[in-house]
Amino acid sequence: MSAESPVAHQFEDAAQQREAATLGMWVFLATEVLFFGAMFLGYTVYRLKYPEVFRMASEHTIIVIGTINTGILLLSSFTMVLAVRAAEFKRRMALIAFLSVTALFGIAFLVLKGFEYAHEINEGLFPGSHFQFTEADPYTARMFFYLYFLMTGVHALHVTIGVIMLVIFALRAMLTLKLERLSTAVDLLGLYWHFVDIVWVFLFPLIYLVDRHS
Amino acid sequence: MNAIATPQAPPQPPSHEPSYLAVENTVRSWLLTTDHKRIGILYMISITLFFLVGGAAATLMRLNLLTPQGALVTSTTYNKLFTIHGVIMVWFFLIPSVPTVIGNFVLPMMLGARDVAFPRLNLASWYLFIGGGAFALWAIIAGGVDTGWTFYTPYSSTYANGHVIAMATGIFIAGFGSIATGLNFIVTVHKMRAPGLTWHRLPLFVWSMYSTSVILVLATPVLAITLVLMALERAFGIGIFDPAIGGDPLLFQHLFWFYSHPAVYIMILPGMGVVSEIIACFSRKAVFGYYFVAYSSVAIAVLGFVVWGHHMFVSSQSIYAGMVFSILSFLVSIPSAIKVFNWTATLYRGSIWFQTPFLYVLGFIGLFTIGGLTGLFLAALAVDVHLTDTYFVIAHFHYIMVGGMVMAYLGGLHYWWPKISGRMYPELLAKLSALFIFAGFNLTFFPQFILGYLGMPRRYHAYAPEFQVLNVLSTAGASILAIGYFLPLAYFLWSLRYGKVAGPNPWQATGLEWTTESPPPEHNFTVVPIVTEPPYAYDPVAAEEALAAKREQREPAYVR
Repeated sequence: MSAESPVAHQFEDAAQQREAATLGMWVFLATEVLFFGAMFLGYTVYRLKYPEVFRMASEHTIIVIGTINTGILLLSSFTMVLAVRAAEFKRRMALIAFLSVTALFGIAFLVLKGFEYAHEINEGLFPGSHFQFTEADPYTARMFFYLYFLMTGVHALHVTIGVIMLVIFALRAMLTLKLERLSTAVDLLGLYWHFVDIVWVFLFPLIYLVDRHS
Repeated sequence: MNAIATPQAPPQPPSHEPSYLAVENTVRSWLLTTDHKRIGILYMISITLFFLVGGAAATLMRLNLLTPQGALVTSTTYNKLFTIHGVIMVWFFLIPSVPTVIGNFVLPMMLGARDVAFPRLNLASWYLFIGGGAFALWAIIAGGVDTGWTFYTPYSSTYANGHVIAMATGIFIAGFGSIATGLNFIVTVHKMRAPGLTWHRLPLFVWSMYSTSVILVLATPVLAITLVLMALERAFGIGIFDPAIGGDPLLFQHLFWFYSHPAVYIMILPGMGVVSEIIACFSRKAVFGYYFVAYSSVAIAVLGFVVWGHHMFVSSQSIYAGMVFSILSFLVSIPSAIKVFNWTATLYRGSIWFQTPFLYVLGFIGLFTIGGLTGLFLAALAVDVHLTDTYFVIAHFHYIMVGGMVMAYLGGLHYWWPKISGRMYPELLAKLSALFIFAGFNLTFFPQFILGYLGMPRRYHAYAPEFQVLNVLSTAGASILAIGYFLPLAYFLWSLRYGKVAGPNPWQATGLEWTTESPPPEHNFTVVPIVTEPPYAYDPVAAEEALAAKREQREPAYVR
């Protein structure tokens, strides 16, 4: 987007630009699905191969934090939708407020996740050289925790990027004179944020709810 | 001149802006350009350099194979050479070749657009490519990698010496460049078409680029995460592939080929698009069966995702999986054959004009057919057990990758060179080099089919003495091939200054890119073109009549 006009030179009008940007974001999310997909495949393979050990290992995760974090992310998706709506109707204060609240939810998620990581590392569950697991074959238990740290780690990285973008957008919403130029961008950030949320919705049962019913 | 061709849209009114090459010529203006045409040129220069690196590795390999004991290098060095050759040629030459050079340059113009949808992302993709390439080159200079381009675990993740992680990082970074290009093209084709340019009026090159982009976007992320997992396992000894720590090495192969088999189609579909454009232009006839050729590109892209297991027939994957993958692999030959038959039918009753791009296309059709048919040998389970990891496989995929894609890339470069540079290349020399390449290629790789059938395994620096004659033939062919590759490099550079000025449409071709000036102005078109016809509005009868009239003029019938 050039400085003078809200429509970049390669586009005919704002509508074409908006449609192109939206499609671009959807295609990007498709690549993200495949990116996470390979890790989910790895998880599925070893869960089927070592169901018993995965069940035992899963019990060492902190389900309270996992559940609270799920709630936080779901709420943050709600406030994100409100931010998208505020941008659409050019309500500056509401936009800044909802972007900030969403960012705060994201930070809260990361802080809680950090506490959980700290606890697990202290317990010797980080799959490094100090890994210890006495109830079952340590190699297979290590596989669970490797996948756990990898998948939640990559997810946390996505949350972090999302939080940074939310803060930047909140600042832009404070400083810019033309709110309509922010509307598409907030919309796209919303798509990204919902995607990150949905990934967690899949991660939560796979990590915390392995055989909890029994 | 309009007797020969009826262009889709009227020629553009002359623009008084300078051409994209003349706009500004500082280093900064090139390195920070967002013009799709300049980015295409940046890619062209970079992949040519990578081609020289990959080609140098191949040269050393072929020289080494002149004698059965290995004439030149130790087995370790040889392992590094074929790894360099594979990695560089696959990720830093073939995958970017047609999409990022020709695609970047002509795709927006074919759509009647001023640029791709996201010009800055386009530039970023080039920087990612260069960044990844820097890591790969560093890995080579620092001592190389000996895993082969496939990085099979647990060898790569545990035992291999060398800079596996640096090499994987390079491919990982360059992969995001591929994703960015694919994303850009998908959005551009969907949203940037000129008024009246419906999907069924798109040139077939656009269809093939669109299919390629879908593969780039869906397959590359899987490779990225797979390489991350392999690198983590190598760096920290934790992972999911090494059987010593409870992992499954076959999982790596599944994930790797889930990317790398579709990637094979990234390395051929764009070439097929180039062939469709050139064959229509030089037979002065619309491509026969437009819909079939267009949708066969999509079919190849879709089927390409479900055949990866044919790389793993002897890997201990289940025999039932092998049978399914075998059948699915046979299915890919249907859309591929549809293309070959339709191109051949396009020639029938056309008005054929033997110019260099057309020679390359004829070469492509023949060599691709051989490569494709030998692919069927390999897709058959029982035959594959005999041929796995032999030179038969090497010959098969080089017939597709080099005989197909490199021929198409060179054909496309010759075809669009007047548009890119505004100058004509020297025709006679170009025809000569096309013949060199065709002859050299066949002499290099045809003996390898026989070698493989006789049982010579790939990836060895030494071989049994009875294979020597065929190996010497192959090396001799490679030298002819090398001459054929150096000639265009020389005369393209020469033509930049001394070539005949081309004019907007030297081939009298249809297609929006030919309605604008050569080289085009920065924003391609002075007025937005409006499309009212399907593509390839050529008229073979008018072309033949024009030709006859010309002959009559030069040499009236009563003289003969």
